[in-house]
Amino acid sequence: MVLVLVGSVIGSLGAIFLKWGAHAVNRNWTSIAFNWRLAVGVGTYLLSSVLFVKGMSNGELSVLFPLVSLGYVCTLAWSRLFFHEPITTVKLAGVGLILVGITCLGLGGR
Amino acid sequence: MESLGESLSPAASSSEVHVPDPAKRRLAIFIVLACTLLVALAQYLIKLGANHLSHAGLLATLIGIFTIPQLFAGYCLYGVFTVMFVFALRHGELSILYPLIALSYVWVTITAVLAFHDTMNPLKLAGLAIIVAGVAVLGWGGGK
Repeated sequence: MVLVLVGSVIGSLGAIFLKWGAHAVNRNWTSIAFNWRLAVGVGTYLLSSVLFVKGMSNGELSVLFPLVSLGYVCTLAWSRLFFHEPITTVKLAGVGLILVGITCLGLGGR
Repeated sequence: MESLGESLSPAASSSEVHVPDPAKRRLAIFIVLACTLLVALAQYLIKLGANHLSHAGLLATLIGIFTIPQLFAGYCLYGVFTVMFVFALRHGELSILYPLIALSYVWVTITAVLAFHDTMNPLKLAGLAIIVAGVAVLGWGGGK
């Protein structure tokens, strides 16, 4: 359970680096090959996936699913912090609905 | 809707942050939504592969990614998804695009019912509907 929680937070951090790295990419291939931000992003993504595989292989989905979706909430905060993306009511409503929906899905899976 | 352009003062906007036109934002949203199908397929394969290492350690899990065909294929698909996602991120907001990946839950649940004869119940169905509503809200709001 802790593995999945840590995995979802790490995954949301990985997305930050992907976004950061994405803007450094241009038509020059070296900009992709030597893009440390993309590398960190992919690395943290892989790490979070490994944690998910470990955490999911033995656990109650009704608990694990909502934990995974907490990563979306984190992303709202990170995006505000690092990219000055405003937290709008639309985003809060969307993420809120997704959280409730995924929780229902997990509860229904028991 | 508050305007993104106004909220980014010259001091706050670095070279990292730029606001593309709505058409590109919509393209980014469409790409991510289409890619949730890839994520669902990848998760299906990874779940199949993960059954082979229920008691494996972290290192054995890492090795398994390369030796268990389903895990390997699943992670390759994740790679394709990541490339598409990075492309989409160039044209859209992270706080819109990242939660859209939740649509993959809908595909995964449908796959589980069709492929594994997993049971469908009212609570799950409500969950799917609420997720789709959330994704629709984000897609609608982010594409403007």
